Amino acid sequence: MCRVVDLQQAVLAKNDLGARRLREELAARGTIAVNLLSSPGSGKTALLEGELTAARERGVPVAALTADLATENDARRLARSGVPVKQVLTDGLCHLEAEMLAGQLDGWLPEGTRLLFVENVGNLVCPASYELGESLRVALASVTEGEDKPLKYPTAFGLANLVVVTKTDIAEAVGFDEAAFRANVQQVNPGVEVLLTSVRGGVGRGELLERALAVHAGEPVHVPVMARRPAQTPLHEHDHEHEHEHEHGHEHEHGHPHPALHL
Amino acid sequence: MHEMSIAMAVVGQVEEAARAAGATAVRSVLLQVGELAGVVPDALGFCFELACADTVLEGCELVTEAVPARARCGPCADEWLVGMPPELSCPVCGTVTAELLTGRELQIVSVRWEDDRVPAATPERTPQER
Repeated sequence: MCRVVDLQQAVLAKNDLGARRLREELAARGTIAVNLLSSPGSGKTALLEGELTAARERGVPVAALTADLATENDARRLARSGVPVKQVLTDGLCHLEAEMLAGQLDGWLPEGTRLLFVENVGNLVCPASYELGESLRVALASVTEGEDKPLKYPTAFGLANLVVVTKTDIAEAVGFDEAAFRANVQQVNPGVEVLLTSVRGGVGRGELLERALAVHAGEPVHVPVMARRPAQTPLHEHDHEHEHEHEHGHEHEHGHPHPALHL
Repeated sequence: MHEMSIAMAVVGQVEEAARAAGATAVRSVLLQVGELAGVVPDALGFCFELACADTVLEGCELVTEAVPARARCGPCADEWLVGMPPELSCPVCGTVTAELLTGRELQIVSVRWEDDRVPAATPERTPQER
């Protein structure tokens, strides 16, 4: 018999559930996760080197997990800061998922870690769809990438709790228009803070650490419009608590076009 | 390309539901894809076909329904289509605390499958999962 069944399942429900569990587990251990998203070469690792070193100097227990398709180069760089670092090789996968992260933390994340920095795979598209149980999602863009990056990748920048601009020491040389960048960020994520940093120029070192520690202190984190859903408004106006029965014992064409199935 | 992961998640969820219901073949899946979901329907369709191979979904058609993104401003109650790239501040009063009504869906709405169930007088309800 041919039957049309309403499922109403979110495709990413499994990842979202995994992310929620991981967030709760981390919270129980007193750990806040920071998810760093950016395109390849934007300077995530360089920024992180500075933040991890600043954390060690201040005696803040931090750890970092860095994901790449290949090489352990980033882990080697980050390990010089002296904090616990782990490299994840994604075996070709373009993003991290909550379960993958949870599996990596198992038996590795040191007790008492206050902040866990997660350097996602360099990619502004795919990682944006996957929550990792983070409490702070940071989208980075370097001044060389163009002011319209936030408009080109609205999901990545639109879901960020904080936006960081890197390599500002060369902003003038590459003609970076800071005002235009800020306006573009505000278009897709009104009200989000934009931090200007330069590892080489020594600008903004430790500021990401400050923001992450503020999360721990219970200060409100910016909630992006894209992540804000009205509590009582259903996504669909239809009642899906039913099943369409088709009283035919044979294969047949439906009398209505498929997209109109749920009426 | 995360569309492969998405496609595999869709196939996995439909397979599970089909198995529970005793379905013998899945003919089509209707998926809502929000404008801001960050998924390319064409790429998803390509991956879906691959992900269906050797499953009860073999040969299954993926029908995607695009959902435009709409936002609502709390203070002035204005509602607007945010467009792409999205404009997420209220175009009327400039408020930055709007709510997104639609546009981030990535939702399996319904499936059409074959099964051997005898039609009951009162149809059983499909188990609802979150």
